[in-house]
Amino acid sequence: MNAAAATLVPFDHQQSAHCESGVISSLLRHNGLDISEPMAFGISAGLGYAYLPFLKFGGLPLFAYRMPPGWIIRGLTKRLGVEMHMQTFREPAEGTRALDRNLAAGRAVGIQTSAYWLSYFPPDMRFHFNAHNLVVYGKRDDQYLISDPVIDILVECEAGALQKARFTRGVLAPKGLLYYPSRMPAKPDLRSAARKGILFTTGMMMHVPVPIIGTRGVRLVARKIRKLDPRQEAHNKLLLGHIVRMQEEIGTGGAGFRFLYASFLQEAAVLLDKPSLGALADRLTDVGDEWRRFALHAAKMCKGRMDMDYGMLADQLMHCAAGEESIYRELRAEVK
Amino acid sequence: MKKDEVPQQNAKAFMGHSKLLYAVDEQGRYTPAPCNGWEAEEIVLDQAIAEYVRLASDAWRRATAGEASTLEYHMFKQRMDLVLLAQSTGFFKWRVRRDLRPGAFQKLSGRRRERYGDALGLLPSQLDILPEQP
Repeated sequence: MNAAAATLVPFDHQQSAHCESGVISSLLRHNGLDISEPMAFGISAGLGYAYLPFLKFGGLPLFAYRMPPGWIIRGLTKRLGVEMHMQTFREPAEGTRALDRNLAAGRAVGIQTSAYWLSYFPPDMRFHFNAHNLVVYGKRDDQYLISDPVIDILVECEAGALQKARFTRGVLAPKGLLYYPSRMPAKPDLRSAARKGILFTTGMMMHVPVPIIGTRGVRLVARKIRKLDPRQEAHNKLLLGHIVRMQEEIGTGGAGFRFLYASFLQEAAVLLDKPSLGALADRLTDVGDEWRRFALHAAKMCKGRMDMDYGMLADQLMHCAAGEESIYRELRAEVK
Repeated sequence: MKKDEVPQQNAKAFMGHSKLLYAVDEQGRYTPAPCNGWEAEEIVLDQAIAEYVRLASDAWRRATAGEASTLEYHMFKQRMDLVLLAQSTGFFKWRVRRDLRPGAFQKLSGRRRERYGDALGLLPSQLDILPEQP
């Protein structure tokens, strides 16, 4: 048999802040459309905020700083007119064969996986999250060659582990999802796409008529933190720690994606020829810094390096909500 | 955040890797900026892992004493809980809860054991075994 068989598609690895925006922007660049990660994130309207008390993780509610998994790929490709081939599989072995066929055809593909079973992830970073995204660009013997957008270097994963990671069950089960652009647009309209993305995000953050979404959601969480029962400190610490992890660690480039979006606004200011967007980006940076201070204070309070002060944390979140609301209002008026 | 203010606190969980942030340079322009660790993230990550370790050691003690099945230990050891284990096996929560009791677990059929093993990344035979230490 051909034991040393290796297939390899030359692929330009660029580390990203977030897996989904990272994979889709690098796949589009690979297929000839030069687009940055922040641009992919902004156009797809990836930014968000939601407090979802009915979805529990380890008994704690979900705090999301972005739209649900899959949103960025769908939103970006729709607004740019990219046709995507997306395929899921019932049988794990069939999913692996399809991956091998694509690599043999010289195609780098994106896949969805669980983060827990990827052997190259540092053990302390491995949690059961089923919507991680990465690019497979080759195979050498029993190892897949992987460009994982959140890792700083190219990595490899053993075939059995990758198949397991692609076919975990449960919420957001990847079902072996494999995708690649099947048709690129001749002249994508980035300006109109960026405008539409901004209109969607600002509308979503300000005008969704439920109290758990957008800046209203931030305020609701602030009020919940203010009202935490000091006698339940052990539980409160787990909750605060969980909030900070969702904000800073679970697939974010910091401050719950606010820096990533501010970076998009800077690019959009040039693209749309609207310098005012640059000023709004600066203000969003300031709000992002406030999110980071909130995270640092909350973490220190959990660890006992600062006195627990729910009121202070609540004030900081209220400050973030107010800051973001005024930014989104002006931003919406600018591009309307 | 300014690029030179990006924390570089060498988190042990990153094992020498860096993650990527976006930060502003001296001209106020956003640029990709690696970060090899930050106190806030490290605290909350340690806290989350410590909670799983606490649950696993607790389950280990009870399983050793015969008060819980070895399945409960393996569930927490693999950073799962009842809800997650039910979702990843496709079993109802009440059935998983029942299998966490020692009596019910011993009567488990081969197929069910396989499903648990599959979800936890273990051979069905390994489900019965407890390590010397939690």
